[in-house]
Amino acid sequence: MFDENEIKRIAEERKRWESTTVPKWIETRPERQKEFYTISEIPVKRIYTPEDIKDMDYMRDLGFPGEYPFTRGIHATMYRGRIWTMRQFSGFGTAEQTNKRFKYLLKEGETGLSIAFDYPTIMGYDSDHPMARGEVGRCGVAVSSLKDMEILLDGIPLDKVTTSMTINGPTAMILAMYIAVGDKQGVPREKLGGTVQNDMLKEFIAQKLVIFPPRPSVKLVCDVIEFCAKYMPKWNPISISGYHIREAGATAVQELAFTLADGITYVEEMLKRGLKVDDFAPRLSFFFASHNNFFEEIAKFRAARRMWAKIMKERFGAKNPRSMWMRMHVQTSGCTLTAQQPLNNIVRVTLQALAAVLGGTQSLHTNSFDEALCLPSELAVRVALRTQQIIAYESGVADVVDPLGGSYYVEWLTNEMEERAWEYIHKIEEMGGVIEAIEKGWLQQEIANSAYKYQREIDTKRRIIVGVNEYTTEEHEEVPLLKIDPKVEEEQIAKLQKLRRERDNQKVKQILQKLHDEAEKNVNLMPTIIEAVKAYATLGEICDVLREVYGVYKEMIII
Amino acid sequence: MTERKIRVLIAKPGLDSHDRGAKIVARALRDAGMEVIYTGLRQTPEQIVETAIQEDVDVIGLSILSGAHMTLFPRIMQLLKEKGVKDVMVFAGGIIPDEDAPKLKAIGIKEIFGPGTPTDVIVKFVKENAPKRT
Amino acid sequence: MTEIDKLVQGILAGEKRSIARAITIIENNGEKAQKIISAIYPYTGKAYVIGITGPAGSGKSTLIEKIVKKLRENGKSVGVVAVDPTSPFTGGAFLGDRIRMQNLSLDEEVFIRSMASRNSLGGLAKATKDAIKVLDAAGKDYIIVETVGAGQLEVDIVKVAHTVIIVLAPGFGDEIQAIKAGLMEIGDIFVINKADRENADRAVIDLLSALELNTKKKWKPQVIKTVALTGKGVDELLKAIEEHRKYLEAGELEERRRKRIEAELLEAISQRLTDTIIAELKTDKKLESFIEKIMNRESDPYTIADMLLKEKIKRKND
Repeated sequence: MFDENEIKRIAEERKRWESTTVPKWIETRPERQKEFYTISEIPVKRIYTPEDIKDMDYMRDLGFPGEYPFTRGIHATMYRGRIWTMRQFSGFGTAEQTNKRFKYLLKEGETGLSIAFDYPTIMGYDSDHPMARGEVGRCGVAVSSLKDMEILLDGIPLDKVTTSMTINGPTAMILAMYIAVGDKQGVPREKLGGTVQNDMLKEFIAQKLVIFPPRPSVKLVCDVIEFCAKYMPKWNPISISGYHIREAGATAVQELAFTLADGITYVEEMLKRGLKVDDFAPRLSFFFASHNNFFEEIAKFRAARRMWAKIMKERFGAKNPRSMWMRMHVQTSGCTLTAQQPLNNIVRVTLQALAAVLGGTQSLHTNSFDEALCLPSELAVRVALRTQQIIAYESGVADVVDPLGGSYYVEWLTNEMEERAWEYIHKIEEMGGVIEAIEKGWLQQEIANSAYKYQREIDTKRRIIVGVNEYTTEEHEEVPLLKIDPKVEEEQIAKLQKLRRERDNQKVKQILQKLHDEAEKNVNLMPTIIEAVKAYATLGEICDVLREVYGVYKEMIII
Repeated sequence: MTERKIRVLIAKPGLDSHDRGAKIVARALRDAGMEVIYTGLRQTPEQIVETAIQEDVDVIGLSILSGAHMTLFPRIMQLLKEKGVKDVMVFAGGIIPDEDAPKLKAIGIKEIFGPGTPTDVIVKFVKENAPKRT
Repeated sequence: MTEIDKLVQGILAGEKRSIARAITIIENNGEKAQKIISAIYPYTGKAYVIGITGPAGSGKSTLIEKIVKKLRENGKSVGVVAVDPTSPFTGGAFLGDRIRMQNLSLDEEVFIRSMASRNSLGGLAKATKDAIKVLDAAGKDYIIVETVGAGQLEVDIVKVAHTVIIVLAPGFGDEIQAIKAGLMEIGDIFVINKADRENADRAVIDLLSALELNTKKKWKPQVIKTVALTGKGVDELLKAIEEHRKYLEAGELEERRRKRIEAELLEAISQRLTDTIIAELKTDKKLESFIEKIMNRESDPYTIADMLLKEKIKRKND
């Protein structure tokens, strides 16, 4: 990208600067630390110049937005054409309560829905299961049957609103319910738009919301991808996630590498089923965190786009440019929120959201300032939404595509992250792939080590967290907290009992038996699961059938 | 006589699957010379208490971020009482609103460590408050 | 009734709190520990002890869970002792084996205890051996001892277990070098777990040929394929264990027991002697002066040890 002589001259000048100008400054103003590092332990220098990116080739490494390798963005016009989707993850209590929150957010300017389910639902238990005791409606909305989904989506036009559902183990069942509601609304399935997270590999690695063992879990993931590839072209059947891996303690490089490795695994699994890569790849989507180190995160997003494009084109031979697009959703990092001085979190989230935007995300969720204490209150979630709106409409950053492109530091860091991520990916391949690495506990150990290291840095004040280990205050900031009414659990249980009385139990029994038989064969289970939810079989009942066939997973403990 | 080790049970009651903190605390306690038993995720109160009995632990650390603590913790403390487990110190951590702390302390939870607590503080607390058995 | 008497009574009744408390006392060693062991000794010798070891990740704990389930189905009561290494640097230990067996924690007839090796010099801690005695006296039909497969601990397991099972997973080829011949020699039954993998049959062949080389034993070690996750092969494994048990009862059992008791007796004697002498040394503060001498090269450890022993015997005779 630069003239060789120019680089030589700059190098000389830099050496001169380092030996004459810099020492004078350091004498009177020593640098704050001996060395500076990003969270992934990448050492960062004082200044970056063209020297640091002298081997770059603009067209090969950056290109133009909307064209391979998509480093600068997957769309030619990015936010000039359309602002990223503002999609706030929400859900709590009963379907009625969450439905209300959805309508509130849509009114306040949210452009897409994102549903959070409660723990029992996520684990495939009905609200009246013993393991659900105390948990119903607490961390998300309780959905035990199609009835709940119908209430949840009441008044929401599924042909106009896209919905993201954060569900993994029971993806097939929950998606089936969504489809059933769409069917009832008269919306053709090809018109339904949205996403299901459906990424089981990251569950085994990080989030641990696992029902069945690895291989059947991956099989179910692929069933959903295959079904959507055939019948729901506007639906993203998977959101390959790095967010949870990051939240569990991974560094930015690990988040990047492990997510891409997961993506590679899913593509390979789908190819094994006989599909062609362009049949399904355009609808694969990704989900990353946006953490504290501003530039590291931006570099991560850019590196991710370039790496995925290369993987799809060079490794898997994709021909359709859409197969090479890395479409991502980003959520600001939950683990960086502090319980101390909660209002500070508004600032953290702003910086993290800004990084995601400068990184070129397609969709963004901003955390609410009270989330280290509880689920977001209405006030808090409104501020979170406003944060995105202010960035979008007041700051000007959305008016230019990839405005940081060309920054010597950002381009260098993007390259560096890519290189380090490749190293990890190769290591995982040498081990035999992601599933092998999971069974060996290797990925989990890497994450546990990073998590422990980060904590030790905070404990020893090598890393400052404002309000926690520095700039603390004895004062207690009063923040209105969202409370979940324990009656929710009672109500849900009563509803379920009513449902079980009033439905055609014969039919339910028949269909569950059909599901059992099919599960023992290598058949795509989506159609039968849709049948089952329409007959008002409950989530727990359907999952129990599969628990019987697939077994239940026990994690390997790595600290 | 061999040096007495503090035996700690780190438990995750209920469906909450956030184990980053529990694992960090387990590791810190281990590095401080204690013997740490970790139950893994999704334990019922019954399993936790039974484990505490069989492992004859000195301390139980409960980690929960799902908000279900006001249901699960009382049940655990109740079971400990019913089974005659008297000399075990119980502490907790995770996302537990300040206003719930007094109620939890009243049922016997010695201390609650919220987000941002340095691990050194927790280690020191366990060392100083683990019951000394003869 | 003294505290010890109460504990012993509880142990014999199979009461969990007593068993647990006794094991703790034993781990911390001391007078109480010895009293407990002496009191329960007459009630030991009924349990059948199975030692299970193998490299990390081979699926041992999952397999044990399935074995225990099967034994329970056959109406047997089971004790499990899971041993993990104590960190030589921090003195602490992370005991994570019971996770895979947590389902069993509520079964009245199952007792699971995690123990740290506590850096005993000779492999499996005396405490572990004594903990087995407690579970034995408590009436457990089977006691399973699980260790992690990292060296001396494992070889030592032979001293306590009737049947030793080595669990391996396909792809252990490189690990087998790391495992050292020791493990190959002590195994009575070898399990290839995760047998649904492609290279499982290859692993069985490799293992059988490795075992061919070891012809010292009279019992021909069996190789069983299992898939611990689903429970496949566990019935065959239990059958193999029963076969080995019958083989032992036909002859070797008495012999082994004799050898074990001899080792225990000698160890107990030497331990007592050492403890007494060292206790005296520490009270006299003589230890410091001896260390000084050795540091100044005026003497060496062995000469001093000999002298102390002579002195002790002389004093006894006076």
